[in-house]
Amino acid sequence: MSFNFQEYFDELINGNVLLSYKGRITTDLINSVLDSIETKLQDSDEQSKVRKKVYNVLVESLQNLYHHNDDLPDSFKKEYGDSFGVLVIKKLDDAYKISTGNFIISNKIADLKSRIDKINSLSKEELKEEYKHILNFQKMSEKGGGGLGLVDIARKTGNKLKYIFHSFSEEYYFFSLDIFISN
Amino acid sequence: MEPILYEGTPKTPSVNFDADKGIVEIEGRSIPENSVEFYKPLVDWLEKYKENAQSNTKVIIKLEYFNTSSSKCLLDVFKKLEAIHKAKNPVEIHWYYEEDDEDMLEAGEDYESIIRVPFKMVEIVE
Repeated sequence: MSFNFQEYFDELINGNVLLSYKGRITTDLINSVLDSIETKLQDSDEQSKVRKKVYNVLVESLQNLYHHNDDLPDSFKKEYGDSFGVLVIKKLDDAYKISTGNFIISNKIADLKSRIDKINSLSKEELKEEYKHILNFQKMSEKGGGGLGLVDIARKTGNKLKYIFHSFSEEYYFFSLDIFISN
Repeated sequence: MEPILYEGTPKTPSVNFDADKGIVEIEGRSIPENSVEFYKPLVDWLEKYKENAQSNTKVIIKLEYFNTSSSKCLLDVFKKLEAIHKAKNPVEIHWYYEEDDEDMLEAGEDYESIIRVPFKMVEIVE
């Protein structure tokens, strides 16, 4: 069965949602999301250590979305313009959950999947070494990230990255990523 | 040599590079989408400073948040500082972190293990 975006989004925004967004990912959007979450975290009685982690991981997630949102099926292009991404931040009982979603061209899946699987297989110490290796030896991509983002997220959260590639059409998949920050 | 003096913004740090005093200071948040644009002038400045570096250069890094794209740029800054240190003009990097911020301390230690310049980890106690 092909991917039903509305069902996916409805399920995502079910629960204790701090923020939800679907649409164009612009610098202005990033700024306002960061502002809003920072205020919400400050007003909560969350310990500052956790607040910082949530904010840090959110910065990286938004950066990832910002740089990977321009491969779009025509139907979404028509409705949203040249970029599209999903961001939902939820408070669960024992964690904050940051979910992101974006379309991806089918032939890019294998690379991304193997990168995440590798990250998920590494221990804390191995993640540190991987991070330092990429930092020191890998050229920064034109988009600026250079592959550090997901490693950094895994390192800071200490949790596995949960992901699904939803089949949308022959050409496109929808990549959904769940990040958990324990509190 | 002209100093660099930037005010901080919500996404970029304040910067104070002062060749006369041998001070290199970066403080605040570094989370811009395009950090290369922000850091290029700083790296270029250090390249020039190397020619006439003070006998001691004190580097103060006091960051609250930085993104991974800034982390590459910071490494470029530190590599320039390493070259100055190697050229027999000692550099010391003071890396500040808030007492409960283990991630920031670890980030400093990552750089310390890559860059051959003395690091001093300074805990900020509130």
